This record gives sequence, C-alpha cells and structure tokens, in this order.
Amino acid sequence: MTAIYKREMRSFFTTPIGYVFVAIYLAISGALFAATTLFSMSSSLTEYFSYMLFVYVILVPLLTMKSFSEERKTRTEQLLLTAPVTLPGMVAAKFLAALTLFASCQLVAALAFFILARYAQLKVAVIFGNLLALMLVGMAFIAVGLFVSALTENQLAAAVATVGILLLFLLIGYANQFINVYWIRFIFSCLSVWTRFQNFGQGVFDVAALFYYLSVTAVFLFLTVRIYDKRRYR
Amino acid sequence: MIKVEHLVKKYGNNYALGDVSFEIGEGEIVGLLGPNGAGKSTTMNILTGYLSATSGEASVGGVSILDNPLEAKRLIGYLPEQPPVYPDMTVDEYLNFVYDLKRCELNREAHLNEIRGVVKLQDVRDRLIRNLSKGYRQRVGIAQALIGDPKVIIFDEPTVGLDPKQILEVRNLVRSLGGKHTVILSTHILAEVQAVCERIVVIDHGKIIANEKTDELARVMEENAHYRYNICGPRSEVLTALRGVRGVLYAECAGERDGEAYTYLLELSGGTEPRKAVFRVCAERGWQIIGAADAGGDLESIFIKLIDRANAPKTNAGNRARRAEGKR
Repeated sequence: MTAIYKREMRSFFTTPIGYVFVAIYLAISGALFAATTLFSMSSSLTEYFSYMLFVYVILVPLLTMKSFSEERKTRTEQLLLTAPVTLPGMVAAKFLAALTLFASCQLVAALAFFILARYAQLKVAVIFGNLLALMLVGMAFIAVGLFVSALTENQLAAAVATVGILLLFLLIGYANQFINVYWIRFIFSCLSVWTRFQNFGQGVFDVAALFYYLSVTAVFLFLTVRIYDKRRYR
Repeated sequence: MIKVEHLVKKYGNNYALGDVSFEIGEGEIVGLLGPNGAGKSTTMNILTGYLSATSGEASVGGVSILDNPLEAKRLIGYLPEQPPVYPDMTVDEYLNFVYDLKRCELNREAHLNEIRGVVKLQDVRDRLIRNLSKGYRQRVGIAQALIGDPKVIIFDEPTVGLDPKQILEVRNLVRSLGGKHTVILSTHILAEVQAVCERIVVIDHGKIIANEKTDELARVMEENAHYRYNICGPRSEVLTALRGVRGVLYAECAGERDGEAYTYLLELSGGTEPRKAVFRVCAERGWQIIGAADAGGDLESIFIKLIDRANAPKTNAGNRARRAEGKR
C-alpha cells in the first residue's frame, strides 16, 4: 500500500498534473482571498471559503481523473491486481495520495490568513472550522472522482463526468427553492453539500455534517472497491 | 506446484473456459498452447488472481488463489501480454517500486542487481521506460516478474513483437528458469514451445485437447507416418499404383510439378515396410523416385490436426473411415 502511495505521489510530479494543480490552486485561492478580504476591506473569510467550493469542482477532477483510468488503459492495473495487495489497500493508497496533495495546497493557501490577522481580529474557531469543512468536502469530492475514474479508461471522460457530478452535489440545494414537493426537497437537502457547509461558515461545528462528508467519502471509496471486485467476476 | 481443477469461466453466456483441469509439478516448464482466443490468457488471469473463476479450483503451491489470494499471489511472478510498466518511471524506479509492492524481503540491492544482470538491463537503468524500445520494455516486464524470486513464473506470450535475436534471448532465459522455478509459458508459436517446454497443454475453445510431454505429443498423435514423394511418371497411373501398395493408407497428388516429377502425399502405416514396397512398385514400372521427405510429425501439423479434430470430431472420423475404406 505504501508502495502505491509513494508511486502515486511521484506520478503527480513526473507528469504536469501535479504542477498544474498546485499552481492553479494557489493562484485562484490567492486571488479569491485578496478579492474577498483585502480589496473589499472585509475581515470575513466566509465568502472566500464558499467560493473555494466551486474551485474544487474544477480542480479535484484534475487530481483524480487519471488515478484508475490511466492504470486501466496502460494495463498497469494488472500489476497491482496480481500483486499481494488488497483492493481496499490499493484504493486507500490512491485516495490518500490525492488527499495529501490537496490538503498540502490548502494548508499553504491558509498561510495567507496570517496577513489578514495582522489587520483584523480573526475568530480562530471559525477559521479552523472552515478549514476542517473544506478538507472534508475535499475528501468527499476526491472519493467521487476516484469512483468515476475507476469506471472508465478515458481520462477526459472521467474528468468531465466528475465535474458534472460534483456540480450536482453542490447545486442540488439551490434547486430546492423551486420545488414544492416536500419529499423531493427532503432528499435534495440531504444530498446537498452546500447546505451543510453553511453551518461551518458561521462557526458552528456541525457533527451531522461531519458524518455526512465522511460517509459520502466512505460510500464512494467502497463503491470503487466494488467496481474492481465486480470486474474480476465480469 | 500448480493445480487447476474443473475451472469454468463464463462471460455472459459464452464459456471462455469450460471445465479445464491440469497439474504442473515443481520445476517444470509447461507450454500453454492454443490459437488466439482459445482461453490461454483467461486461464493465466485466473491463476494470477486477476480474474475470478465462475466455478472450479486453482491453487499454487497448495494455496488456493480463490480462497487465499494474497498468499498465493506472493508465490507468483506474472508477465501479462502487455508488460505492465509505467512509462513515466525510470527502469530503476520501476524495479524498486515493484520490489516494494511485492513486499520483497531479499536484499534489495543484491536482488535487483542479479535480476538486472539476468535480463540485461544494466545499460538502461536510468532511462525512462517511455523511451525504451519494445524489446527493452519486454525485458523490464520480465524483470518485474522475477522480483521476489517467486516459485511460479507465468509468461503470457513473452516474445510477441520482439526481433529474432531477442526472441532467442528470451527463450534461453525462460529455459534457464526451469528447475528452480515452475514456469508456464503461453504462446501460439509452436517452435517456441518445442524449443523451451518439457510439456505441452493444448487448449482450444476453453477445453484442454492435449496434455503431453513435448516429444511424446508427436508420437501420441501420429501413429501413421506422412511422406512426401517426388516421382517421375504418368500422374494417374502412379497414383493408382501407390494406392494399391499394402500399408499405404492414403495417397494424393499435391499437383506440384518438378520437371517430369509430381509430388505425392502419402500416409503410411507404421514401420519401414510400406516405404520399401513403394520403392519396389515404382522400380518395377520404371518410375524414378527423385525425392522423399518426412511430411508430418512436426508440431505445426499435429497442432492443426488436434484443433480440427476437437472442433469437428465427426467429420474427421468420417474422413478416416472413408480413407480406410477407399484403400480396401
């Protein structure tokens, strides 16, 4: 498992993907931070955090699109699947690698908060709550991305489909404004990533949301394992 | 070392494997032979745990690959049809990765050095696999299979796409692995099996149609001898005369003309007597035999015959009966 993790981390930086991801992440995050706080004379990070969610919709697929699809295309998955490694181990290694890169970027981006702290009184709890929420959303998104990547051997298809699914997860809450049927609204709000994120933005530590994000992650990782398991039985 | 019992694999409604059983002893080199799409790769994919079987049992070194895949996979080195190499890694990085992946416990430097020596990769250690030729990539694939010194090594068509010199090298390498390792080599190239393997398992349409020692396969399959004669003389008369000879089961004119001689294909019952009789018949009539050659017994024709027989047992048996009748 550690072997796959290490290889995965390396492959981010032997291909342009890792560099593109880090560069775009930090650039957009920096621009958003400047625009929402420094330039608009505000010490509230709420806007920054909620915009970042939309950035993830574009960036996370970049990170996950080739995880499994490339292995399938180049047939290297045959090496992994015939090596003494369990399927959950293989999926976990890929997940942790993507999460490592993602989390490091967000932590580096968070250094910008110190600039703000020089000029304004920041509520530390709110910031940590928001960062934690971002991480959780990132985890869930990565799990979705890995799942889609395991479905196809075409990277581009994986990326586009992931963007679509993530947008749906994010925007499904908005649709509720136009729907009168109670049970549909209930289901939509259950699925909505956005609704749950709002609480963190107000500095409320929402245990239900924590479980929501963790279970979305777990479900999609489990489905990824199942896809591989099922493919053996074709 | 390897035991496969009643293995069945269904894809939808198609049987890729229908009840395949065989056993391979320790240190044996066995050729898995069959036309394309016969079920060779499926068999190997099941043995290596890449695919699961619909029913049946497969075990390696006494460990069931279906019940205890992790243990079994440790005992196997596998080179799939397409070498599973990462183009963005250098050869050394890749070999180290596989070493870690297989949780190898041998001394890293010594073991990898030995393997690099065996497959002759020392010169390309720091090259990106992306930039290597097909032959070198194949060697990296072989090196990968050897890492961890597995008891069983499985090669799926290891010489496809290589030049003749590389083919010879790979064959020698495979042969040198025997004794210490149990080797399964799949191929549709007969010369390869003949050159390398001690035993042949012929598989076609998901069924095993022969499982014999390489040199015995010819004997088992071919109780009758096939000869190609070049005889000067009027074609139809020669043919009639040949068909009248005792011990000639079948004769036909291949139609190729060599000067005044025609080529005839004969199937003779065993022993040297029929050949003497053919000579006598021709000599008495003043027809010169200007050439005679063994036309059967090579794996190629046995192979084709085996597969024909398996596919259409009735028609073939019918032909044989008809031939025998015609002779009488």
